[in-house]
Order: sequence, then C-alpha cells, then structure tokens
Amino acid sequence: MFKHILLILSLSVLSIFTAYSQHDESHENHGAKTEEHVEEKFNMGEMIMHHITDEHGWEFTHSLKLPLPVILISEGKLTVFSSARFDENKGVYNGFKLDHHHIYKVNEAGEVDHHTKVWDLSITKNVASLLLSTVILLSIFFAVAKGYTTNKGKAPKGIQSFFEPVIVFIKDEVVKPNVGPKYQRYLPYLLTLFFFILVNNLMGLLPGAANLTGNITVTLVLAFLTFIIVHFSANKHYWLHLVAPTGVPPVMYPLFWIIEFIGVLMKPASLCIRLFANITGGHIIILSLLGLIFVFKSFVIGAGVGVFTLFMSGIEIMVAFIQAFIFTLLTSMYIGSAIEEHHEADHGH
Amino acid sequence: MSILNIILQAVAEGKGWAVMGGGIGAGLAAIGAGIGIGKIGGSAMEGVARQPEAAGKIQTMMLIIAALIEAVALFGVVVGLLILLLY
Repeated sequence: MFKHILLILSLSVLSIFTAYSQHDESHENHGAKTEEHVEEKFNMGEMIMHHITDEHGWEFTHSLKLPLPVILISEGKLTVFSSARFDENKGVYNGFKLDHHHIYKVNEAGEVDHHTKVWDLSITKNVASLLLSTVILLSIFFAVAKGYTTNKGKAPKGIQSFFEPVIVFIKDEVVKPNVGPKYQRYLPYLLTLFFFILVNNLMGLLPGAANLTGNITVTLVLAFLTFIIVHFSANKHYWLHLVAPTGVPPVMYPLFWIIEFIGVLMKPASLCIRLFANITGGHIIILSLLGLIFVFKSFVIGAGVGVFTLFMSGIEIMVAFIQAFIFTLLTSMYIGSAIEEHHEADHGH
Repeated sequence: MSILNIILQAVAEGKGWAVMGGGIGAGLAAIGAGIGIGKIGGSAMEGVARQPEAAGKIQTMMLIIAALIEAVALFGVVVGLLILLLY
C-alpha cells in the first residue's frame, strides 16, 4: 500500500510537468497583435533567488502555481487565507502586506506598521516540501519494516532488500565505530538523520522542488539537535576536559575556557554551514548554467550548456549522498567523544 | 569636514567595491579548497599505489577529509554571498 503511494506520487509529478510544459499558444497570438509587447530583460540574479528562497505559494512551473495557506497571528487574532489572495492583489490583502517575503500589517492608506508583530506560521513552499518528504520517508520505511515481518526467516525481497545494505552500512561503518559500545541508543536518531537529509537533498534537485536542506534555518535546527544530544549525553570526563584540559597549567585555564567555548559552538555551526552552503551552492551552479541559455538565446550554447549541466547534476547527486553521510558521521563522532569512557593511558591519573 | 564627506561618499557609492570584494573573497576560498583537496587526492593515490588492499579505507577517509576542507572553503563563499545579498 505504501509502495502504491510512492508510485502515485511519482506518476503525478511526471504528468504535471508534461501537461504544463506545453508552450502556451494564446501568448503567441497576443504578441503578434500588440506591437508594444516589450520583452523583459532576463534577470539572472532574480531568477536564482526566486528558486533558492522560500515563498508562500508553490510554483512548479510558470503556468502552474499551487497557492498554499497563509496562517498569521497578529494582536491575538488568527487569520488564515490562501496565498492566491496575495498574488491577485500585488501582496496586499486584509490589512496585511507581503514585502520581500516578510508580512507586515498595513492600514487602508497603505502605510506599513512596523511595530505590530505578525507571527507568520504559514505553510510555505519549504513546509509543504517537508511534509511531502515526511510522507515519502514514512512510506518507504513502513514498507521496509513490513518486509521484515512478511519475509520472516526468508531472504529479503523488494524495497526491503534495497534499503537493508544502506541501513547496515550506516550502522556498521558510521555509527558503531564512532559512537562506541553504547551505539544502540543513538542509532534510531542517526539513521533518521541520514535518510532525512538524503531524501531532502535529492528532492531539491528535481525541477520545481523546494530547496529545503539549502535553507539555513533547517540546517541550523539539525545542528542544534546535534548540540542538544551531545551535551545532554555528555559524561563527567567530557565536561572535565572542557573546563580543565589536561597538561595545562591552571593559570592558563581562562584562555582555554574561551577556546573550548568557541570550539563547542563551532562544531554545530560548521555542520549547519557545511550542509547549507554545499546544497545551496550546488543549486546556484545549476541555475546559473541553465540561465546562461536564456542570456545567450542560442541553440548551440544551449546544447553545450545542457551537456555540462548534466555533468554538474551528476556531481550534485554525489554531493547529496556525501553531505548526508558527512553530517551523520560527524554527529556520531561528536556523540562518541562526549560519551567516551576514561582511559588510563590518556593521562597520569 | 572634507574627510567626512569623502568617507560618506565612499560608503554611499561603495557598492561596487563591496561586490568586488565578495567575489574575490569567494574565489580565493576556492583556491584554498582546490590546493587542499588536491594534496589529499595526491596522498590518497600514493597510498593506494603502495598498498592496493587498503583502497576501500583510504577512499572513505579521503571523501571525509575532502568534505571537511570543502566546508571551510564554503565558509568563505557564504561570506561572499552575504556581501552580495546585503548590498
């Protein structure tokens, strides 16, 4: 049943793109009639930012936009409406104004009120993509788990046999050696982390998709979770090494406190920036290369750029796997270093 | 007064300098990443040439270290991006 969900999802995505990628004939006729039809200069920077950043509706292609609910809490009142209201009326509706992805309160005269706080809890493109990837992940892993009950005692079949080597690889090569003997406790979170980042990285490479793991807030939350897990499971030796590093004369402790404090903050920060910059940078590269076709407006350039972009997309798929692997590996290493037991050989006591 | 005027003018028209600085910074970061990952690749090749049985382990470690170096280079690129977006 879960396999059917995946099949329906993929078929609907493919058919939507096929149906809406047809060139709109009515535009052609309009252009011929009205001579003052001015062609807008192609703005590459705007195109790239539009594809990288979050927005309130989900624009799959230029003629197909899915309006998502805008949920706002302001002055104790909850307002819910479709983002199509913002599109119809150039960003102003019902006393709210959408300006550069921020929503402000605005009175009838059009003056923006910067002092009233508007809590924007809308389902934006990234949130919708997150929910979709959650559905995909749950379908895949419930199907894999079901495979274990139906094939009990027999060889694995189907989707179970595809994911089992990957799960075993993460368990044996990434989690067990780096977390240490007590890895079972952290294994569910680390496996979820790996597959979450992987599925979202791969989904972001599809056309019309949302750039979820390239959103710095999402990667910041993942890094913050690593920080929380490391520091809540850290044992006495970890804290001791932070505040009183071995082999250091006590008079220099304050200097080391500063260094260790920065080190403690930099590890999750580097996790956050690494994932964000790799994924967003990859998207910007592909978008820039494809934008070159629109800048030069030539078929020859288009063919050459197409081949090179195909090669870059292959690299981006590899980067998607590598970044998910690295995030999980580094998280396991940080957890392992926090729960490591005291070794006599390390220092004189 | 005139020095203040010059400074104010430079800040107001400084967009070109800022954008150029962002671009050059990102490029230099890429040079650093290129050199670092090139060295890693070289040592990895040498290691595998000496002992082909260890190819699997060496390859895994090479990928890990390459990702760590790339992260540092991307710190520089992110700073460049910030400059571009804020000016």
